[in-house]
Amino acid sequence: MTWCLMTSIADRLAGPSVPGATAAPAAEPAAAACPVAPASTAAPKISFPAVGERELRLDLFRGLALWLIFIDHLPPNILTWFTIRNYGFSDATEIFIFISGYTAAFVYGRAMQDAGFIVATARILRRVWQIYVAHVFLFTIFLAEISYVATSFENPLYTEEMGIMDFLKQPDVTIVQALILRFRPVNMDVLPLYIVLMLFLPLILWLMRWRPDLTLALSVVLYAVTWEFDLYLSAYPNGFWAFNPFAWQLLFVFGAWCALGGAKRMSRILNSPITLGICVAYLVAAFFVTLTWYIPQLGHLMPRRIEQWMYPIDKTDLDVLRFAHFLALAALTVHYLPKDWPLLKSRWLRPLIVCGQHSLEIFCLGVFLAFAGHFVLAEVSGGAMMHAMISLCGILAMWGVASLISWYKREADKGAARKGVRANADLAGGG
Amino acid sequence: MKSVSWLRFGIAALAASLAVSARAEDAPQTCEVPAYLLTTESPLPKVAEAVKNGRTLDILVVGSRSSTIVSASDGNAYPARLQAALKDKLPSVTVNLSVELQPKKTAEEIAGNLVKLVEGKRPNLVIWQTGTVDAMRSIDPDEFRQAVNDGVATLQNAGADVILMNLQYSPRTETLISVPPYIDNMRVVAQQRDIPLFDRFAIMRQWNEQGDFDLFNPTHGIELAKQVHDCLGRALSKFIIDAAHLSPAQQN
Repeated sequence: MTWCLMTSIADRLAGPSVPGATAAPAAEPAAAACPVAPASTAAPKISFPAVGERELRLDLFRGLALWLIFIDHLPPNILTWFTIRNYGFSDATEIFIFISGYTAAFVYGRAMQDAGFIVATARILRRVWQIYVAHVFLFTIFLAEISYVATSFENPLYTEEMGIMDFLKQPDVTIVQALILRFRPVNMDVLPLYIVLMLFLPLILWLMRWRPDLTLALSVVLYAVTWEFDLYLSAYPNGFWAFNPFAWQLLFVFGAWCALGGAKRMSRILNSPITLGICVAYLVAAFFVTLTWYIPQLGHLMPRRIEQWMYPIDKTDLDVLRFAHFLALAALTVHYLPKDWPLLKSRWLRPLIVCGQHSLEIFCLGVFLAFAGHFVLAEVSGGAMMHAMISLCGILAMWGVASLISWYKREADKGAARKGVRANADLAGGG
Repeated sequence: MKSVSWLRFGIAALAASLAVSARAEDAPQTCEVPAYLLTTESPLPKVAEAVKNGRTLDILVVGSRSSTIVSASDGNAYPARLQAALKDKLPSVTVNLSVELQPKKTAEEIAGNLVKLVEGKRPNLVIWQTGTVDAMRSIDPDEFRQAVNDGVATLQNAGADVILMNLQYSPRTETLISVPPYIDNMRVVAQQRDIPLFDRFAIMRQWNEQGDFDLFNPTHGIELAKQVHDCLGRALSKFIIDAAHLSPAQQN
């Protein structure tokens, strides 16, 4: 159902640059990916659109996902009501992983075509290393925070719950387990997932260059096998990964598949009114179901049989209902939000876009700010106003830091351009 | 002149409103619970029957450590407060209540034990407080749901009504314990087996948001715990009376 999203993104990436755009002119012919591709050359299976204009919609929605993830990581407050998980099954994590797959495939797929498998793999591994270091950095901050809580908090009401701090009695084991990604605090599950997905990106891309549709099919098979045979990665001290990589790879691979031309090939199905109708119907139905979670009085309107079939909607294994919800959302978004939507260039959406352009840094900052927010709420006061203030300040901080990074990058690029070096890693996740 | 008198009026109004708000803060904590958190469509037929016929009600509470207050007497924990509240509201009914604490045991470990626990006592109602240990150990939510489901089935086969009680709202450990999957799965079991679920998590969060209790408080004192358990006991008594449709006539 999302295919139309990708189509227009591919179109956008491929299309001629918008008049007045200051971006560098396309370095390579965009013909292969153009909507009306001239059949002058034998069309390769995978087409890489020209590097030119950034796809601002990707940045916009990744920025939005980062803001929503931050708000969802804080205790519930007024702003929580603006997050999409209150209006349907899927949430910001789906957006983040999908766009990450899309952009990673786009950037490193091109690298693989230009420089070969080995060089592209090396670049991907460098990126994995960056994400890993970011994760360890966040873990250090987390460890400081909870060590403080463990030593200062002794409310007899929570004697049982405080038992969770027992792992602090074995710091050696805990830290090693954190380094091998088996020990993760609640809000730190996304980066390990991202690391594992990126580790497999060379393989995914290599397969995609050979047979894109077969790769996607393999991904679906792995997803199905995961559900059928209950595959999972175990965690420390017990339990499992909160985002099962065997299941969530589907979104990532699907994003990659769309980026490498899959979206374009599905465009006809996507733009049909029937598809759009199904998307709308599904979103409305999902909205109604979510409504019954928050207004229990509506609960009796839900047929029991449907409830029993539907629940629980599993986030760990990326429930099909969640995946479908994301697809429907994406399909509609792309259909009704054209690639040359004038607001994309307006300064009102600038804060979101600039955050989306530096996603790794801003994601980490968001996790840190969520920790800090919990801390302030606990130490200073927990009123509704304070909650809302913390959310707002956090978002302002994310915007500020993203702008700062943008400024720095621009300055650095100026220097690099003089030496003839060009880097586009930031498209692949804000590197 | 006029402006001065307005100013004076303004100050007086401000002072009055401050006085009102100060009084509101002094007022004893009411720990009101919104009606929707204390209503359920699932009935408690065994409880209704026991009250109607025998005028005795035998309740068994099965729970982990959050069903007690460490370093306080059992009389302060919510099971005893529930018993007191029920006696208060149903003066003509004899309410017997016993507690089986199963600290550090998962739902699966307890489910296997439930037959033994209810054997001798033959309770009309079992309140099963669970989920905390499973959440702390990150037990697979599917296995957790299965275990709770099996446990509830065991209790129902033994002829008891069952109320499930979920986890405490514990804001300080929110970044460490992933609570939602366990709460969701308990709700699923309650729906499937048509039994009431006492949503302790939502109720305590409501109190924290209303300002009845500051659950972020790092206090070392015991008073807060006592008050919260007292309120939980009273809310639970309302919940049981409502679910069992005990009419005012029976309450007298």
